[in-house]
Amino acid sequence: MSIHATSFETLELENVARSFGGQNALRNLNLSIRSGEFIALLGPSGCGKSTALNCLAGLLPLTGGRILMDGKQIDRLPPEKRGFGMVFQNYALFPHLSVEKNIAFGLEMRKVPKAEIKKRVAEAIELVQLGPHATKLPGQMSGGQQQRVAIARAVVLRPPLVLMDEPLSNLDAKLRLEMRTEIRRLHQSLGLTTLYVTHDQEEALSLADRLVVLRLGEVQQVGTPQDLHEHPVNWHVADFMGYRNLLEGVVERAHGEAVTVSVLGTTVTGSAQVPLRAGDAVKVGLRPEDFDIAPAGTAPAGLASIDATVEVVEYQGREFAVEVRSDAGKPLHVRTARHVEPGQRVTLTATQDRVLVFPAELASAPDRAPQLQGAAL
Amino acid sequence: MSLALKPKSDAAPQGTKRALAATPGTFLIWGSMAVFLLLLLGVVSSVVVNSFAKEWFDTWLPAGYTPAWYADAWKEYDLGQVVGTTLTVAVAVVGISVLIGAPASYVLARRSFPGKNILMLVFLLPIMMPPITYGIPLATLLTYYHLAPGLTGVILANLVPSIPFVILTMTPFIEQINPSIESAARMCGANMLRLFTKILAPLLVPGILAAAVLVLVRTVGMFELTFLTSDSTSDTLVVALFTAMTGAGIRAQQSVDAMAVVYMLMMMVLLVVALRFVNPTQLVSQVREETD
Amino acid sequence: MTMTGQRPGRAKQGPANRPALSHRLAERGIDKLLLLLLPALLFALVLFVYPFVYGLGLSFQPKTGGLFGAYVKFFTDPSVRGLDSIWVTLQLALPAALLNVLVSVPLAYKMRGKFRGKRALTTVLVIPITLGTVLTAEGLLNFFGQRGWLNRFLGVLGFEPLQLVQNYWGVLWSLIISGFPFAFLLILSYLSGIDPSLEAAARTLGADWKQRFRRITLPLLAPGLAITFCLTFVLAFSVFPSAILVGDPSGSTRVIAYVAYNAWGQQFDYPLASAAAIVMGAVELIVIVLVLIWRSRMYKGSTGGKG
Repeated sequence: MSIHATSFETLELENVARSFGGQNALRNLNLSIRSGEFIALLGPSGCGKSTALNCLAGLLPLTGGRILMDGKQIDRLPPEKRGFGMVFQNYALFPHLSVEKNIAFGLEMRKVPKAEIKKRVAEAIELVQLGPHATKLPGQMSGGQQQRVAIARAVVLRPPLVLMDEPLSNLDAKLRLEMRTEIRRLHQSLGLTTLYVTHDQEEALSLADRLVVLRLGEVQQVGTPQDLHEHPVNWHVADFMGYRNLLEGVVERAHGEAVTVSVLGTTVTGSAQVPLRAGDAVKVGLRPEDFDIAPAGTAPAGLASIDATVEVVEYQGREFAVEVRSDAGKPLHVRTARHVEPGQRVTLTATQDRVLVFPAELASAPDRAPQLQGAAL
Repeated sequence: MSLALKPKSDAAPQGTKRALAATPGTFLIWGSMAVFLLLLLGVVSSVVVNSFAKEWFDTWLPAGYTPAWYADAWKEYDLGQVVGTTLTVAVAVVGISVLIGAPASYVLARRSFPGKNILMLVFLLPIMMPPITYGIPLATLLTYYHLAPGLTGVILANLVPSIPFVILTMTPFIEQINPSIESAARMCGANMLRLFTKILAPLLVPGILAAAVLVLVRTVGMFELTFLTSDSTSDTLVVALFTAMTGAGIRAQQSVDAMAVVYMLMMMVLLVVALRFVNPTQLVSQVREETD
Repeated sequence: MTMTGQRPGRAKQGPANRPALSHRLAERGIDKLLLLLLPALLFALVLFVYPFVYGLGLSFQPKTGGLFGAYVKFFTDPSVRGLDSIWVTLQLALPAALLNVLVSVPLAYKMRGKFRGKRALTTVLVIPITLGTVLTAEGLLNFFGQRGWLNRFLGVLGFEPLQLVQNYWGVLWSLIISGFPFAFLLILSYLSGIDPSLEAAARTLGADWKQRFRRITLPLLAPGLAITFCLTFVLAFSVFPSAILVGDPSGSTRVIAYVAYNAWGQQFDYPLASAAAIVMGAVELIVIVLVLIWRSRMYKGSTGGKG
């Protein structure tokens, strides 16, 4: 196979910033991308992840910082001179060109000889399994097929870096899973360095070697999927990593990592993620699957427990997604294999290492009010 | 592979068909529309009939018919030259205004920048003002620089409302093109020139055609600005018609009407061409009609 | 492809850590692309702004009468009768614009949906706009004239012939013939831009057609109505050739455009002509601004349409 990425050693983003009319969309982004890596930029809409991608692509001029490729500054180059490939959320296929012509476009721009264009386009079409559709126009194809064309158009150039801007978010659920596997397969077989923007944590966790979580234009945490999933640095990252239950509380006692927090009218012992002192306002993060649910009164003694009433039960294949209301009035999300009925009294328990305790204040940009407070409650 | 489901377009509202049934209100409304159309028919056909009339005095229809007035008018008013001038002016104005207006409309559709509102106002005013208002100072100035009266003056004066008109017509067409298509082209290695020639130009053909035919129709029909800047050698058809109508009454009414029919035919041909590319509503405004 | 523009890592960090100028301009949306605006801007400045300013200057430099001589002459000179001409123009333009818009609203409301022949109807309505006022005037002279078809028809019915041309009514009719289709098509397109499901929703909530029109459609249409009125008014206010051809340019249809043209083309009094043109523009802008102020107090957001 002749599609193999041209390469670089490292790509450095140094304090990259972008503001729009005084509003900071992105600030102080520092990131070092190694060749062959798959990096996901993760965050809610408006967090600056697409801005970061567009700055790297050259589609948006920076308003601060530098981008260095193997030590050469490239942030002043127009996008067409950087040689990166890009896949867009809405496919962005040229509507007046056939699938072949779309894929050949970049090669023609690079003045690749005709015969080679033909060969490489054929290979790329084969790679994304679009053989029978080569002469169709984009408008005649389904969303998934169009996104395959867009991916082929980007990888046929053998770019040193492929940028993907939420490429799956316009597809329906089933197709999204298919394409996710496809992207992973392409990345592995071609060794393409990829920067992938998404708001879907599941997508990011399953695809990326490293994740970058952004909030309000600032990096919150960089790490492997496992790092982020097990040890989020603050409640915002936790929220994004599936800690759907974020409860406000106050520290009562602290013994090193083990802290006892008063929350929901009871006390819970959890692990502090940063040093905490008695009296600190905190948020307690718990994933739905980390709860143990048991009929009231049958919970094993010695563990922190919360009494609650089952309100909604959703059947989800092998598990139930259960919404309960604690006696203190807060709704809580639980996943369990145990069958419970609405109206049933239950007791929830969790082990200390799965109860993460974060400071309630996010160390965030001082000029911005945290807008996400309490988003999970 | 499953197909992406496209939302079905909404069916026409249920009430529409019934609303057209004959209630008194509906009757009145269709009636007034019919009266207007009759009026229009009367106005147009009385010109056409008279242009073929041998003699037409106190009767419903002329005493006899003859095509002779057309030959008469053609000679009398030098219509060959007038039609030639009209086409020259129209083509020049269309060409120049598209060439200048299209890039400007691209920037205005895509960018926001300080002073954009003022700029939009400057481009909008020539369309919102009566042509006489700016035509008189413009004609004075063009005369001062010896550009008017004459063909150059006529073309320059007609450009004033035409360039803004191209900008306004094309802006929605450009906005329709997804900006990420342009980003995609640049990511594929196309520079600005290639982006314009390979991607934007083919996609903008409908917009350019729409703007061009609209400007064409408006320029051929533009009376005031041409009237202020033309002389007898650079009159367009509509100005020549006006001059003939206001001129001394030696000439037969029929030959003026023959000229009017020539003008009408020219406009109708343009209209038929125009309607191949644009919606009737676009001839009056930039509001896009969704129902067709 | 050569890698031009590859500047070595020249510090764009100015003193005191200020970002480079290009960075600061980029932040505000200014870059080389804006150069594409230049030709159009140049044309607008040279052919519109400059002549306008020139005309304004000229209007303050009459041969006699000092700074405001031309304006004084325009308003007071009995041979110019400028003030009268403003009234004459407004008396033509305001009723014509109002009538065209008001008649168009119910018509367009009834015809907003799809029906067979709609495209044909809109096409027919475009014809008078395409033909323009000069040809309309010629047709009106024939059709409405003393021996025209209309008066002949009235005679058959036993009525006295009507004097419909060479006076106010001739000009008003010509403004209706070219203005009504214009207003109708504009309003029709605004109405089509209102999402039909809004009315369907009102219907499910129990509103009859009067309530639906008054409570839902009309408020959403109001901005479009304002714009339509403005454009129709501008069209009528510019009335010039038809005022001469089917009107009575020395009396009841002595419109301001005619006064301006007369000063310019007949008397070669350029300051007076410029003054008349400026007054004409000012009066028109006043009316438009009044309408737009009314509009600014209306709901201005989306009309839920697909456009």
